[in-house]
Amino acid sequence: MTALVEIRKLSKTYVRGKQKVEVLHGVDLDIAAGDFLALMGPSGSGKTTLLNLIGGLDTPSAGSITVGGQRIDQLGSGALARWRASHVGFVFQFYNLLPMLSAQKNVELPLLLTRLSAAQRRKNAAIALQLVGLQDRATHKPTELSGGQQQRVAIARAFVSDPALLVCDEPTGDLDRQSAEEVLTLLRRLNREHGKTIVMVTHDPKAAEHATHTLHLDKGELVETAAMAH
Amino acid sequence: MKYLHLVWAALLRRKTRTAFTLLSVLAAFLLFGMLDAVRTAFDAGTNAAGADRMIVSSRFSIIQPLPYSLLSQIETVPGVKAVAYANWFGGTYQDPKNFFPNFAISPNYLDLYPDIVLPPAERKAFDATRTGAVVGATLAKRFGWKIGDRIPLIGSIFPKRDGDSTWTFDLVGIFKARDAREAGLEQQMLFHWKYFDEANAYYRNQVGWYIVKVADPAQSDRIAQAIDRLSQNSDHETRTETEQAFQLAFAKQIGDIGLIVGGIMAAVFFTLLLLTGNTMAQAVRERVPELAVLKTLGFSNRVVLLLVLAESVLLVALGGVLGLGLAALLLPAVNAAAGGQIVLPPVGLATWTLGIALMLLIGLVVGALPALRGMRLNIVDALAGR
Repeated sequence: MTALVEIRKLSKTYVRGKQKVEVLHGVDLDIAAGDFLALMGPSGSGKTTLLNLIGGLDTPSAGSITVGGQRIDQLGSGALARWRASHVGFVFQFYNLLPMLSAQKNVELPLLLTRLSAAQRRKNAAIALQLVGLQDRATHKPTELSGGQQQRVAIARAFVSDPALLVCDEPTGDLDRQSAEEVLTLLRRLNREHGKTIVMVTHDPKAAEHATHTLHLDKGELVETAAMAH
Repeated sequence: MKYLHLVWAALLRRKTRTAFTLLSVLAAFLLFGMLDAVRTAFDAGTNAAGADRMIVSSRFSIIQPLPYSLLSQIETVPGVKAVAYANWFGGTYQDPKNFFPNFAISPNYLDLYPDIVLPPAERKAFDATRTGAVVGATLAKRFGWKIGDRIPLIGSIFPKRDGDSTWTFDLVGIFKARDAREAGLEQQMLFHWKYFDEANAYYRNQVGWYIVKVADPAQSDRIAQAIDRLSQNSDHETRTETEQAFQLAFAKQIGDIGLIVGGIMAAVFFTLLLLTGNTMAQAVRERVPELAVLKTLGFSNRVVLLLVLAESVLLVALGGVLGLGLAALLLPAVNAAAGGQIVLPPVGLATWTLGIALMLLIGLVVGALPALRGMRLNIVDALAGR
């Protein structure tokens, strides 16, 4: 299988005050297209940093990241923003929906950056909401939805513009077990039925069981990978 | 336009705060609309073109009298149809608090003012009574005067020749204003200049100002210049201007209105800048994670900057347009209440243009810092709450 994401000798150092903190040290990693990868590891191991770098939210201190054949570590902030808009969907632990917008309008947000007409944006958002089973909650504001429902809206927002890659940072970290299962099942469906490549950071081994691969990070280095049998 | 709902949503996030900010912007621009009308009124040129009635007064000061002998000279200026004259008296009734406009007038003064409607019989009685006086209906009502009353006025500026400062007038008529917009006329008292001239201790053969009616209003400017040339290089040089300009010059005695108005407006807008700037800074500070989410989704730095600026401009423009609109509605009411004593112009194109420019400028200035903050936001730090 061809690699969608190719990471070579990736390092990331943060400067906090007078201190330099090296979070990732020379990571090499390939993520195949259509993979569902779980990133695990203790707090401070560099999982979220690696996820942010893969999603183009941050730039590396050294090394390269190639996604879909494009060296995203070499892109400027404007080009990187455009690249994110069309290639990656994001799912956060705390959903990060805009509280003043309805579920429908939240899902439409990434489509505002496309050339689609207002009617087409509405239609696509409605389809995405239908896919996550929330078509009847389209007009509801986030505060009117449960945590699980909010996360499903966030997932609809992540894939509405049809990106190849979904990056999920602790998507079930704020949910009860049942809602977490619903969200993970949804992610697995997106992976299997729609071919989305998913990289998910999680602390929860049960959540990681839904992935096809698990990768452990410790102190900024890859320590092992495991393939799950599904 | 496709981002407009995002701007609205940001404004409606804290409805109470937005409402109070809108109210303060509205109040500032209401004040701007009213004060700009005052400034415009006071800055109105003294060009007499188009006016059929003009005032000739001393070029140096309104309180400087002009010689009575000027009357016959003005009458000879080509285009002049009639000339009347008057003198400010400044008397008060019983108590200095009971102040109202009272003038000594020439016999033909009422002929030049068809705006003052006096029944013919009362006019006849006025003409025939040396100590006669006519008062406006509002003034008569205020003091409960009726025809036949003897009205004592205290001449605070002009005592009589015998040293007594009490002037007694016989009320022979009560007039009304022809037009409700000139209801201020009904607060006046008029009496004979001849009685004033003969009995006052200071002046003899002097008048406060002349009123000139011209045959052709289109010639007013030329006639005004011709009248002013009559006394050029004399000790009583004149300035001939429209009635409104004359009234405004009278009001300008309290100070430089333009400077006062400008000072108030500057203070108001400076306060508005601080207030709205603080609101915008607070609003953006609260929304840092939301702006970070937008940037995560692919909104560029420039779009985030424009969204915050648009929010700021929309907030100020909304309040500003409402404020100026309210000023436009209130100005006619203010004019009506002033009874024609002073006529403030409506909120015109120039005021709207200046107002909208100010709205844009204030919106951009108060939005600049928060917008830059939003633009420079580091996504990873903002999402992590750092």
